[in-house]
Amino acid sequence: MSAIPLSHILILACTLFTIGFIGVIVRKNTLFILMSLEVMLNAVGVAFIGAGSVWQQADGQVMFILILTLAAAEVALGLALLIQMQRRFNSLDIDLLSKLKG
Amino acid sequence: MNDNTMVTIMGFSPLQLMFYFAALLAIVASLKVVTGKNTVHALLYLVVSLLAVAVCFYLMGAPFAAGLEVIVYAGAILVLFVFAIMMFGLSQDETINAPQTQVFTLSNISLWFGPSIIAMLLLAQLVFSIENSAIQEKLTANIIDAKQVGILLYGPYLLAVEIASFLLLAGLIAGYHFAKPEGVSIDKQDEPGRHV
Repeated sequence: MSAIPLSHILILACTLFTIGFIGVIVRKNTLFILMSLEVMLNAVGVAFIGAGSVWQQADGQVMFILILTLAAAEVALGLALLIQMQRRFNSLDIDLLSKLKG
Repeated sequence: MNDNTMVTIMGFSPLQLMFYFAALLAIVASLKVVTGKNTVHALLYLVVSLLAVAVCFYLMGAPFAAGLEVIVYAGAILVLFVFAIMMFGLSQDETINAPQTQVFTLSNISLWFGPSIIAMLLLAQLVFSIENSAIQEKLTANIIDAKQVGILLYGPYLLAVEIASFLLLAGLIAGYHFAKPEGVSIDKQDEPGRHV
């Protein structure tokens, strides 16, 4: 049994996730959107580790490692796309990417 | 001297208090990331936020995950961000309009003051929780070490590890493809007609 109650860990995870989600919704700079995505993925990791420590199972840390690889691949791809965007538009404004709008 | 006052402060154990403090620091740093204007500044706060979450992991009894968080997240992924910001230059940055004086003013030190204060608080917290015997006693009672994680990773989760490696390979190839300069193709240079 962990010393920290699960509900408090989940409150922390939810708060961090909400902060990241608000960042994704509100910010217009694509670099900040990527950073907010990192915060969101990190919050999910907190929830997994907390659950794993409460039930004394190592599965939570395995899931955290998988999230880590996902975040690494996502950041590499996202930053490469951002470099393309900077080259094409000379700006990182997300509203410039509206070609697919009907 | 009197252990009864140390065990519970306002009904919380010292381990819990440490956890809440680190969680508060993580939330504050994340808020500064989301609301920041300067990209480098926000990146510093993101590093500090990840470090605070790593301290939370350590206090939850997952030191392996805490180490991975520091090494992979704060060490590798954030360095990618730093390189990207260096490539973009400071044209995306609002600090280009800031006064360029070398005087030691308040706005000058505020660039690194906040993140370093939070990092110092985290360091003090970590040292305190390593030194405190009551916290260590509780931590070692419910620790999940790297051996258990490794046994699970190469046992029931072997397929997931393979899929993760495929994902990383896909990220590598796609990153190379997208970040390549436009109009430069490697096989075009090797065409025989070009070497006239």
